[in-house]
Amino acid sequence: MREILELLERDSTLSHDTIATMTGLAVADVTAQVRAWEAAGVIRRYKAVVDWEKVEGADAGEVMAFIDVAVTPARGVGFDDVAQRISRFDEVRSVYLVSGGHDLRCTVVGSNIRAVSDFVSRKLSTIDRVQATSTHFVLATHKQDGDNFAEPETDHRLPITP
Amino acid sequence: MKPLNDVIAACPPSGIRRFFDIAAEMDDVISLGVGEPDFVTPWRIREAGIYALEHGYTTYTSNAGLAELRRLICAELETRYDAHYAWDTECLITTGVSEGLDLALRVLLNPGDEVIVPEPCYVAYEPCVAFAGGTPVRVATRAEDGFAIDAAAVEAAITPRTKAILIGSPANPTGAVQPVAALTALVRLAEKHDLYLISDEIYDRLTYDGVHTCLGAVPGARERTVVLGGFSKAQAMTGWRVGWICAPAPVAELCVRVHQYTMLCAPHVSQIAAVEALTSADGDVRAMVADYDRRRRVFVKGLREIGLDCPEPGGAFYAFPSIRSTGLDSETFAERLLKAESVAVVPGNVFGPSGEGHIRCSYATALPQLEEALVRMDRFLQSL
Repeated sequence: MREILELLERDSTLSHDTIATMTGLAVADVTAQVRAWEAAGVIRRYKAVVDWEKVEGADAGEVMAFIDVAVTPARGVGFDDVAQRISRFDEVRSVYLVSGGHDLRCTVVGSNIRAVSDFVSRKLSTIDRVQATSTHFVLATHKQDGDNFAEPETDHRLPITP
Repeated sequence: MKPLNDVIAACPPSGIRRFFDIAAEMDDVISLGVGEPDFVTPWRIREAGIYALEHGYTTYTSNAGLAELRRLICAELETRYDAHYAWDTECLITTGVSEGLDLALRVLLNPGDEVIVPEPCYVAYEPCVAFAGGTPVRVATRAEDGFAIDAAAVEAAITPRTKAILIGSPANPTGAVQPVAALTALVRLAEKHDLYLISDEIYDRLTYDGVHTCLGAVPGARERTVVLGGFSKAQAMTGWRVGWICAPAPVAELCVRVHQYTMLCAPHVSQIAAVEALTSADGDVRAMVADYDRRRRVFVKGLREIGLDCPEPGGAFYAFPSIRSTGLDSETFAERLLKAESVAVVPGNVFGPSGEGHIRCSYATALPQLEEALVRMDRFLQSL
């Protein structure tokens, strides 16, 4: 059953029919299992991996930055309440509690550098108990969530070999 | 001019060549004719090769190959298949199974010795026997039996000149995996008639239903068996040209003797990359094998759905469906399919007379390509 998740994680467009053939399971069982996972939130949703740099139009892409945030923890909740306040902003794509010099590492997107800077100075750094932020703008994406954005390697094989 | 070597001049060029030439001039060809993985060598292995180049491992190695690599190969054979070989006296590194096969045949054969070759089989088997001064003797296997080797048919082909039996399992082109019973029967025959066995096990890891049987581990086989293996298929390392021979010490010693004068050693960089393949790339191999298995299931089901009878391939990455229902011979079928629908397959007859009426389709191709190939093949079949 775990194999179904691994297959969908790689290519969520696979039909249940194909998955059933690949795994040797019955189609009805695959469908029932996937529905159960969807209901339980194991499969949260299906989406596409987009290389925005390849989309026509100069500003099709967004600016992305990693923001490290130092937070004063509070009795009872630690960093959770601040992390949740940050997470609720649409501009924020990911929030992790991390070890090291800062406490939270966030990914923030905006239409340009100014938009991200404004978000950090007006919204993020003014949240209670946020002590300091450190912003790192992303200059190029080489690999994201396991997808290498380089051109796929050319197939150098001869068309017919013994 | 004096005539060139009779044996080599008499050997016909591979039947695959003609199709290669046609396919090379066409656009939009989906090739199911490729006998090598569509995966590129896993990065950790390539990176080890780059490191080796950077650090100047560009020299000869010992003739038999890097001790570390031979130790790893023998350890792997032991843990995986319970086959026992001493790394220092019974194992040598070759430039792929191709060289290993050549060495084994040269060492085993005297002029005129016969080698029984069950077919359909890999295209190099018969020529290599001939080049080594031997005479290949074909024994047919049949789709109805899943291309299992029939010991009675093999025994019927044995003559006083018979020296060895040459098999490949899992097999190119059929994808057939020889049942343990068939292998055991061959070993009994070899004992009875004092024959050597040469076992091409390049596709060992690409066995999908159950575990591969190494012929060298079948009771009674070890002292008369040469096992050939390599890194081309499971580790996707075809172009690195690195393989191995495991054989009883007297045979291995003579193999090293030929190798030291003809090849000297396998490429140093490739041997270092192969060490990396055995020490850290098992996860990559398992992932690739799992992918081949999924494609196999989808592709074989698809072939049957478009009306082609397809024996269940238990290994390698080939399906070998029958095209007899079309009334065409395999060459005509393959040529017309290529010209009409730009799908390249290899006609079964190039692998021996028993391959007639079949085509070899490699599923070492991305799934969307396989699905498109099935659509085109279906259209072609409808048009007949």
